[in-house]
Amino acid sequence: MLDFINRVLGRESGGSKEIAKERLRLVLVHDRASVSPQLLQALKTDLIQVISKYMDIDEKAMEVTLDSNERQVALVASIPVKSMKRATRTPAVSI
Amino acid sequence: MGEVIVVTSGKGGVGKTTTTANLGAGLALMGRRVALVDADIGLRNLDVVLGLENRIVYDITDVTGGHCRLRQALIKDKRFEGLFLLPAAQTKDKTAVSPEQMKALCAELKEEFDFVIIDCPAGIEQGFKNAIAGAEKAIVVTTPEVAAVRDADRVIGLLEAAELRDPKLIINRIRPRMVRAGDMMSIEDIVDILAVDLLGVIPEDEMVVISTNRGEPIVQDEHSRSGQAYRNIARRILGEQVPLMNLDEGGFLARLWRRMIRG
Ligand SMILES: Nc1ncnc2c1ncn2[C@@H]1O[C@H](COP(=O)(O)OP(=O)(O)O)[C@@H](O)[C@H]1O
Ligand SMILES: [Mg+2]
Repeated sequence: MLDFINRVLGRESGGSKEIAKERLRLVLVHDRASVSPQLLQALKTDLIQVISKYMDIDEKAMEVTLDSNERQVALVASIPVKSMKRATRTPAVSI
Repeated sequence: MGEVIVVTSGKGGVGKTTTTANLGAGLALMGRRVALVDADIGLRNLDVVLGLENRIVYDITDVTGGHCRLRQALIKDKRFEGLFLLPAAQTKDKTAVSPEQMKALCAELKEEFDFVIIDCPAGIEQGFKNAIAGAEKAIVVTTPEVAAVRDADRVIGLLEAAELRDPKLIINRIRPRMVRAGDMMSIEDIVDILAVDLLGVIPEDEMVVISTNRGEPIVQDEHSRSGQAYRNIARRILGEQVPLMNLDEGGFLARLWRRMIRG
């Protein structure tokens, strides 16, 4: 009913708050991410630890960045692999 | 020993000064001794909102510069027993006071007052840093808009970085009808996004504009919803558990009735 009245009166039919929330969400991902290079460094350190279980990586050449466009923010990691470890040493495999 | 609370927001025009004035007057009405500090140097406002603009002799820079004693610069509000204002300087800029001077000032004030409430300028630069320097607690004011909430988020991060933990949130100018129509972010939406404790909610209310025109804090208006909201917040600051008020403004007749009894 309210919807109907709104339409008759030519008002927007509501729901702009969802747009506001989505825009706010995106803008805050950017803001919060750009605030701390320390966070990125901590993430890098953790990544090195995990990935080293599976392969030898070139830590110095490793790059971790947050890539953002209007729609989303992506975590982009470029991690050169020096050599793979043997499959038998993969922690998940049990013989 | 009193408590030093800074009222901040990042964005301008969201209701920091209105909130500082009304919480100060509200706490004074509840029998507390309150000093309000206008830290918006260069853009003096709090004096006008409180209706005390004609009584200013000295300002905050006169105190920090040693031109007068703190007591001489404090303006006593004759309507509210226990309420005092330390005005900002109008002709100086934000660097006229240093964070160290602000700290010393707050330390001196809290010896004598139950509450020291600091009205922070907009922005996150020197004026903001000065205003928070002497504070132990922070209230962040926002409105249900993307830009205001975004700035509030930024300020909350800066407050935490400055060791002002657990800031409390006030959401101002909420319009229940728009929230119901899905055209304004709700209290829950905002609290969810900012992830801080809610101290209170103040509805959009033209009585705020009217009372500000007169220089009379709305908190003393028994019939207004925003006045009630401010009284509730003052009680929460004093440690009382007060539920959020029902924000439904009722139908046309209820609004008309409230207008009539207000006179
Ligand atoms: N709840 C409210 N309803 C209506 N108008 C309000 C409300 N709160 C604040 N205002 C108005 O908004 C304007 C900005 O408020 P102010 O307290 O000066 O903000 P700030 O100090 O954050 O810049 C003022 O004109 C004030 O009267
Ligand atoms: Mg202000």
